[in-house]
Amino acid sequence: MSKILFFAGLQERLGAEALELQWKGKTIAELRQTLKHEYSLETIDAAMVAINEEFASDTAVVQEDDTVAFIPPVSGG
Amino acid sequence: MTRAFWLTDQPLSIDETVRHVTRPEAGAVNTFIGTVREFTEGKRTLQLEYQAYIPMAEKKLQQIGEEIQARYGNAEVAICHRLGRLQISDIAVVIAVSTPHRNDAFEASRYAIERIKEIVPIWKKEYWEGGEEWIGDQLETQPYPSGGPGKEDMV
Repeated sequence: MSKILFFAGLQERLGAEALELQWKGKTIAELRQTLKHEYSLETIDAAMVAINEEFASDTAVVQEDDTVAFIPPVSGG
Repeated sequence: MTRAFWLTDQPLSIDETVRHVTRPEAGAVNTFIGTVREFTEGKRTLQLEYQAYIPMAEKKLQQIGEEIQARYGNAEVAICHRLGRLQISDIAVVIAVSTPHRNDAFEASRYAIERIKEIVPIWKKEYWEGGEEWIGDQLETQPYPSGGPGKEDMV
């Protein structure tokens, strides 16, 4: 299973900090589509993505036990 | 010595941050202190909340330190960022950079705060008089045109 993490506005919209999905062998782009349409996360396209705490692209393929994080535009500092 | 890049829900210590970078080779220690602003474009902020993806955020702060060492050579960097609820004028971030000469210390601390606003997964929620809102990228300065990190930031 892959752990999918959400923060800030995405977390509030989803009503949860994380989801567990079987996503091995599928891309981040596919994951975005699923989250947008099945979980009503319309703003997910504005988010960056990290796999195992490093930024990744939409073409990246999720491996077994990966942790994927959707990172809305940041506002620290 | 404790870690030089950290997040905490406790008040930040400027002295502790500066201590991390103070050393005989340094002729300059520059600090940047980010504080909670009351008014933004006429809107009054009552309080703020910071949230982070903590393990990645600490790694990215450390990466900024490494980038500064690569750019400026002999530099030591410490950065701490507050999490949780903050009131007006509370310290949200402290950056300390030491270098042999002052110019690099000034430039490097500027570099650090701009980079925090690009690549470090920390988010600010503003509580206004009339509501609340998670803040997206702050366009006070020029972020990445796409609003995200460039290819060079990906592994």
